[in-house]
Amino acid sequence: MAAMMHTSHVLGAGTPAPEFALHTTPDQVVSLSEFRGRPVILAFYPADWSPVCGDQMALYNELLDEFARFDAELLGISVDGAWCHVAFAHERKLRFPLLADFEPKGGVARLYGAYREQDGTSERALFVIDPGGVIRWSYCSPVGVNPGADGILRALESLKAESARG
Amino acid sequence: MADDDLGRLSLPVGERDHAQGPADAPVTLVEYGDYECPHCGRAHPIVKEVQRRLGSTLRFVFRNFPLNESHPHAQHAAEAAEGAGARGRFWEMHDTLFEHQRALDDQHLVGYAKALGLDPVAFEHDLRAHAHKARVRQDFVSGIRSGVNGTPTFFINGVRFDDSWDPDTLTEALTAAAR
Repeated sequence: MAAMMHTSHVLGAGTPAPEFALHTTPDQVVSLSEFRGRPVILAFYPADWSPVCGDQMALYNELLDEFARFDAELLGISVDGAWCHVAFAHERKLRFPLLADFEPKGGVARLYGAYREQDGTSERALFVIDPGGVIRWSYCSPVGVNPGADGILRALESLKAESARG
Repeated sequence: MADDDLGRLSLPVGERDHAQGPADAPVTLVEYGDYECPHCGRAHPIVKEVQRRLGSTLRFVFRNFPLNESHPHAQHAAEAAEGAGARGRFWEMHDTLFEHQRALDDQHLVGYAKALGLDPVAFEHDLRAHAHKARVRQDFVSGIRSGVNGTPTFFINGVRFDDSWDPDTLTEALTAAAR
């Protein structure tokens, strides 16, 4: 069903995750390599302030305990600026970093194949990156459909099972 | 990894569920909802309307998905519904909560239990002791594993319904699934 609705060009499993360093607040920068040694969930979304409760970021905010079971770091990322992220995170009480892919606009989204030229925003694209910095799962949802978290959790589980096998 | 089965109900409908309508109905609608979510409040009469339209063709199941970071009363409200459910009054409490979404503090919850003829002391004790927390959590986790992506999220015969849930669209989808 997903294939019928959408053709995605996002980076796939097995690709080294492109490095980036982006502002999460006006005076704080986060880079991907800081999290080497732990799984990273990179969640691109179109914009702050989507007018629904339980939107994608609010949903993930409810699931931080689940992600923590895998020692995974969650990073939200959109083309909104750092000040916008600060206000949004405060209002929604988000307890994970939102990265501002703002200058050049969508630069990181483009690296991951997750930029929508026609809208000037990123896709709803999810990446699970392993502790060694390699993308192990990616998924691009139709932009109007919040993808939920079942795919992320499954990818984290299979990573964990793999590392348990050594 | 195959993603074809993303957005599928991971916990099949069974004995543990609160259901309205025949167990062998050709179509089952599952809602993951939050009693304090205004969208779920809007969906409540719509669900009733499609139940009326489909009659015995439809089985309706409600599972809890309280968004506690957004809605401070959602967890207790869910536990209150389960508390009433443990005493055989789930659906009455379910309706009451959706009809009084702006009054979901503990004092009101106990009042609703009393109005339903439940022992308010025992009910309040359960609420304070979080007697039904595990059950609510089980619903929540089953929702996450099924691709619930906000509230309300509907599943029709086990598949997440991503379309609009206005009464006509929902009725059409349910009718198609029943064929």
